[in-house]
Amino acid sequence: MMSFKLAFKSMKKNMKDYVIYFLTLVLGVAIFYIFNSLDAQQAMLEMSESKRQIIDLMIQMLGGVSVFVSFVLGFLIVFANNFLIKRRKKEFGLYMLLGMGKGGISKILLIETLLIGIFSLAIGLLIGVFASQFMSVLVANLFEADMTEYKFIFSQSALIKTIIYFAIIYIIVMLLNLFTTSKYKLIDLLTANRKNEKVKFRNPILSVLIFIVSVVVLGIAYYLAITEITSEMPTGVLVAIALGCVGTFLFFYSLSGFLLKFIQTSKKIYMKNLNMFVLRQVNSQVNTTTFSMTIISVLLFLTICIFSSAISLNNTMTQQLEECNPVDITVYRSANHMSDNGNPKTVAETLKSIGIDPEECFSEYIEVPVYVTEELTFGKGVGDEIFNSIKNDYTAVTYDQLERAMKVSDYNKVAKMFGKQEITLNGNEYAIVGDYATVVEIRNKALASGHEIELNGQTYKPAYSECVYGFISDSTQPMETGLFIFPDNALKEEWKTYNYLNANYVGETEEEKQAIEDKIVNLSEDDSINASEVGDMMALSKITNYEASKGIGSIVTFIGLYLGVIFLISCAAILALKQLSESADNKERYDILRKIGTDEKMINTALFKQIAIFYMIPLALAIIHSIFGIITAGKILEMFGKQDVLGGIITTAILIVIIYGGYFLATYFGSKSIIKSKIGN
Amino acid sequence: MAEVLEVRNIEKYYGNKGNLTKAIDNISFKIEKGEFVGIMGASGSGKSTLLNCISTIDRVTAGSIKVNGEEITNLKGNKLNKFRREELGFIFQDFNLLDTLSCYENIALALTIQKVPAKEIQKRVKEVSEKLGITDILKKYPYQVSGGQKQRVASARAIITNPKLVLADEPTGALDSKAARMLLENFEYLNKIMNATILMVTHDAFTASYANRILFIKDGKIFNELVKGNDTRKQFFEKIIEVVTLLGGDLNDVI
Repeated sequence: MMSFKLAFKSMKKNMKDYVIYFLTLVLGVAIFYIFNSLDAQQAMLEMSESKRQIIDLMIQMLGGVSVFVSFVLGFLIVFANNFLIKRRKKEFGLYMLLGMGKGGISKILLIETLLIGIFSLAIGLLIGVFASQFMSVLVANLFEADMTEYKFIFSQSALIKTIIYFAIIYIIVMLLNLFTTSKYKLIDLLTANRKNEKVKFRNPILSVLIFIVSVVVLGIAYYLAITEITSEMPTGVLVAIALGCVGTFLFFYSLSGFLLKFIQTSKKIYMKNLNMFVLRQVNSQVNTTTFSMTIISVLLFLTICIFSSAISLNNTMTQQLEECNPVDITVYRSANHMSDNGNPKTVAETLKSIGIDPEECFSEYIEVPVYVTEELTFGKGVGDEIFNSIKNDYTAVTYDQLERAMKVSDYNKVAKMFGKQEITLNGNEYAIVGDYATVVEIRNKALASGHEIELNGQTYKPAYSECVYGFISDSTQPMETGLFIFPDNALKEEWKTYNYLNANYVGETEEEKQAIEDKIVNLSEDDSINASEVGDMMALSKITNYEASKGIGSIVTFIGLYLGVIFLISCAAILALKQLSESADNKERYDILRKIGTDEKMINTALFKQIAIFYMIPLALAIIHSIFGIITAGKILEMFGKQDVLGGIITTAILIVIIYGGYFLATYFGSKSIIKSKIGN
Repeated sequence: MAEVLEVRNIEKYYGNKGNLTKAIDNISFKIEKGEFVGIMGASGSGKSTLLNCISTIDRVTAGSIKVNGEEITNLKGNKLNKFRREELGFIFQDFNLLDTLSCYENIALALTIQKVPAKEIQKRVKEVSEKLGITDILKKYPYQVSGGQKQRVASARAIITNPKLVLADEPTGALDSKAARMLLENFEYLNKIMNATILMVTHDAFTASYANRILFIKDGKIFNELVKGNDTRKQFFEKIIEVVTLLGGDLNDVI
């Protein structure tokens, strides 16, 4: 009972220190619950089977991410807890002096952790349950699903999961506390508050030198990040990230010294108001904060990159859908599948044989053959010189990879249906159609150089100096890597390998279209249909592509949001705890300022500046990192199409302003009340 | 001569109705420009409370305190801060220097918070540190210099603003006797040559002997007053010891 009372009282007394810790725990619990409660969200939404599958996938992925998140939160909680315990050494020393054993102290800490754990879990879950109601609106929005009727959502599995994960974290914290208290020596505890550490300052000239080195290292990292990158070989990026981390560390190691030296050169600024006090404060703290500032900056950088890339990826995918799906469905099949038994069937014939009459189901359709021959390979298509120059960067491509080709008249039929540019060729000319940027770029080089292709004993010249934009099937994103177009007489009938059928459904309304869609797309699940009739027939439909793409987009957005928020909270909480404790330690300095008659306003401004420096500099550096990071990420994600970065950045900025800014203000007001003194009042 | 400080009938109570402590019980005195006044008393006599009230760190329960003719007991907020930084200079027992700032910066701080232009700050710091003999430690940090040097830096900070009144609270309390002597000689210099008005609280008779007038306080009241007049410091010191003996055994820690 005694320990309980002590624990409770000391918590109350240390409220100022604990408040941010507690709020962070609550926030962590709430977010953890919200993102794990999606299974319950699903129940109230009316949606198609394919959407449901995507949500299932998303739930699984979020579950995996949750494990990672629990590690991040675990580290944060352990760090924060250690930090708060360290500040109470004197209190423990007093208990020990009064005859309390280490067991007693451990007991107090145990009860405290238990109390905080139970309260934070309870309040966090409560907030989580209510906030998850809003989440369902977001889910419905992202998946364009209809909310059938409002139901109060509660996920039991998420509740249990949250409790288990956090219980484990708290138990680890308790064990660590036991370990720490067992090492305490009375003399150390009692003298812990006495400041015998000398304020060490780094040599300013050395600081300036290291600062220059850090800027150079960062410069190299940025340069590597944006130049040494191809979508297939991210090693350059890894080196850039490693260099970036080192550079960031050196930057923070030397920054305050550099800043001091730099601002001291202008006596006007340095000797103004409390500027020199602020700079010296920052300089005296930076020794102990270099490492955490580095971590915070890197985490912020990751947050910005992950989150903005996730959002822009989602936006891009949504935007591309319309462009990439000009017709309702594309069905393709081998021209002569072994199930045809030497009696080749077209796609239209296959469909008809299984009860889908193209004439009835489709308002219009075009079927065209695609040719493949060993005479035309990737290597021959781009020429030896270009192939050799790229083969190290793109290990996935081989010289002998077969290319696909089409007759110009066939392609023009598709192009007309798709609303794309039609092609005109002379007797000895060829063209390439494509929309997958990375490969198109390589091909453009070959075309620009007038690379000639030999086919069936005849030489063909490029009709255009670059690839013609186009494709022959629906897809979720640009993926036509290059289709060769030749004059009609250039391609032999025996090279015919695939048939592509593009069609629009009969029907005006969504429902009518969906009915036809279901018939074709669900073929594989229909047991009554003989597989040998169908052969290797595959369908790509506008509706499925939309759903898949929206689904992937939503998954990416959710994971980005989840990680982003957790990272942000972690950074902000670490900073807040550090600054609050610094303020408590430095209360005396502010008292001196007051004693010599400094205005309250001037003191508050100084405090604000000081905290702003600690919050804004890691953020500023992270933003600079992110500019290059986002460019790089954009290049990696280029296979999903040209990225719309701006939307992602704006959303990220809003998120940062709310969470990071919120913590910043909380820290400022908390510190202000800590350093407040009763002099003259 | 102009009166720098006029304290009239001040009282200071601590505690509540049930348990009231009178820390200051109806004290009145005046200090004129250019005086060096010492206040002596045992611990608990109310001398520190008196100093805190004059320095506006604490408030009186009743009575009036005028500095340079201005009533200060009802000053509030920024006016109070303005008064404190422009009219008063402080020297504390534990120096109260900022350990993150160099000695130069500690002295300059008193001027930067008055928004004095940077150029003038440089000039004035140079001037005052020459007078106090601390020019060669200006670049050092407080932890790198001795206690006596620290207190001289604190003195420099106190007088650089040309205050009407310098308040010193046990300035030699944390110093060894040699450093104390040097500091007190500096005080004498400030008082005589720079014409600074100094009010110093101490319980040490030797320290007090450097003043030209001493007020003895016991149980919150003025118990006695000694004026140096034309005495030598040694004679004055002997007189102080006599009063201290009279004051009672609780001041047996002198010398």
